[in-house]
Amino acid sequence: MRHLISAGELSRDDALVILDTAEELARVSDRSIKKLPTLRGRTVVNLFYEDSTRTRISFEAAAKRLSADVINFSAKGSSVSKGESLKDTALTLEAMGADAVVIRHGASGAPHRLATWVHGSVVNAGDGTHEHPTQALLDAYSMRRRLGRLEGLKVAVVGDVLHSRVARSNVLLLHTLGAEVTLVAPPTLLPVSVETWPCQVSYDLDAVLPKSDVVMMLRVQLERMNASYFPSAREYSRRYGLDRDRFARLHDEAIVMHPGPMNRGMEISAEVADSPRSTIVEQVGNGVTVRMAVLYLLLGGSEPAIGGTA
Amino acid sequence: MSDVQNQAHAVLEGPDIHRALTRIAHEILERTKGAESVVLLGIPTRGATLARRLAERIAQFEGLKVPVGSIDITMYRDDLRLRPARPLGRTELPPDGVDGRTVVLVDDVLFSGRTVRAALDALNDVGRPRAVQLATLVDRGHRELPIRADYVGKNLPTSKAEKVKVYLEETDGRDAVLLIKEEAR
Repeated sequence: MRHLISAGELSRDDALVILDTAEELARVSDRSIKKLPTLRGRTVVNLFYEDSTRTRISFEAAAKRLSADVINFSAKGSSVSKGESLKDTALTLEAMGADAVVIRHGASGAPHRLATWVHGSVVNAGDGTHEHPTQALLDAYSMRRRLGRLEGLKVAVVGDVLHSRVARSNVLLLHTLGAEVTLVAPPTLLPVSVETWPCQVSYDLDAVLPKSDVVMMLRVQLERMNASYFPSAREYSRRYGLDRDRFARLHDEAIVMHPGPMNRGMEISAEVADSPRSTIVEQVGNGVTVRMAVLYLLLGGSEPAIGGTA
Repeated sequence: MSDVQNQAHAVLEGPDIHRALTRIAHEILERTKGAESVVLLGIPTRGATLARRLAERIAQFEGLKVPVGSIDITMYRDDLRLRPARPLGRTELPPDGVDGRTVVLVDDVLFSGRTVRAALDALNDVGRPRAVQLATLVDRGHRELPIRADYVGKNLPTSKAEKVKVYLEETDGRDAVLLIKEEAR
């Protein structure tokens, strides 16, 4: 059975099929009837162990637009609080006939484990500090829509790389698709193995900005920080925040992205976030389309058309 | 490819296809009394090409620009679960939509009728045409649903073991309809 666990397991062809399918599906959201009958009778379970607004709603909207039945499960208020394990929860869902499980979990690797227990497709909607492949896909899709290409695009990913699953998935996917990624962060917010990633690393945002076509700001994940990684929020913001002055140093076509939720005034100033060259709201809309493409390609046929084996 | 070629013979060549489309264009004009409210919608890939060619001819004959577009039916197929998920074709509707108009669906080969059923479902989701008609280059029989074409380029009696392949200049570099015997497998 096939799953979408990591952006790294997508081949270039797989990734392009997803983006092209999303391109066609985008037209559906312009119609008055925004629904397709394709996944009628299939059940998608949203299994969310961590809080989420846009990802969960986005997957729910995507599944519903394809006429799948959606069951939402959040760990709060479920038997998880009585001590039920992930495996037992998974087997319960399996018994209820889930064709796909969309999982968000605080532990890196949880979707990978889940994939060995259930027969349906597993879609990783964010696991710990590991990966968030559909976010990377929707980011790539948003870039391609705005800038017309991905090949040779210079992308700066700025901020809390250490705690970011979005950064890892983006680096892997964008590398596959031919873009050049530079990670920009204070040394304390870079993972130890970062030199093995297929990307450049810099500590100096001001040096990277003028060369970038895309600047992706990451949220500073205070909830995952159990030590102090930088002296103060103010100091972080001064060195790594995208404010008006830094924004002015970007070239005219460059775009600003953020996976959300934003800490306005911390990694990005409100003025930049709301500028016409920011794709932040667009990214949310594109998220539904891209997730429709993923669900269609995994569940639409007799066997999935994309993804690696787990 | 090559051993299939040996088994194939051309039922229609370029000039035959040309004549068939010319006749269909005239029939559409005749049947719809001047094609005033007609929209031509092709089913990708080759149906869309044929729809464009029909529109060109209608423009040639009567100087009328008939809105032309395409409607992808992949997501509406009833055999989706029999094969791996496939990439989608393009849906491009004319800016004025299909509401209140006479839609002529255009496909290359009419066979079981299931594609047309899917197209009718898809059409239902994009608007409410006043009437829907069907034009096809080849009708090869073996219908599995109560569907018939209003305009037919050529009625081609076939056996179920045979395959009909349509080649068009725009996508395949030449115009031809081939009948392929599939026993060499």
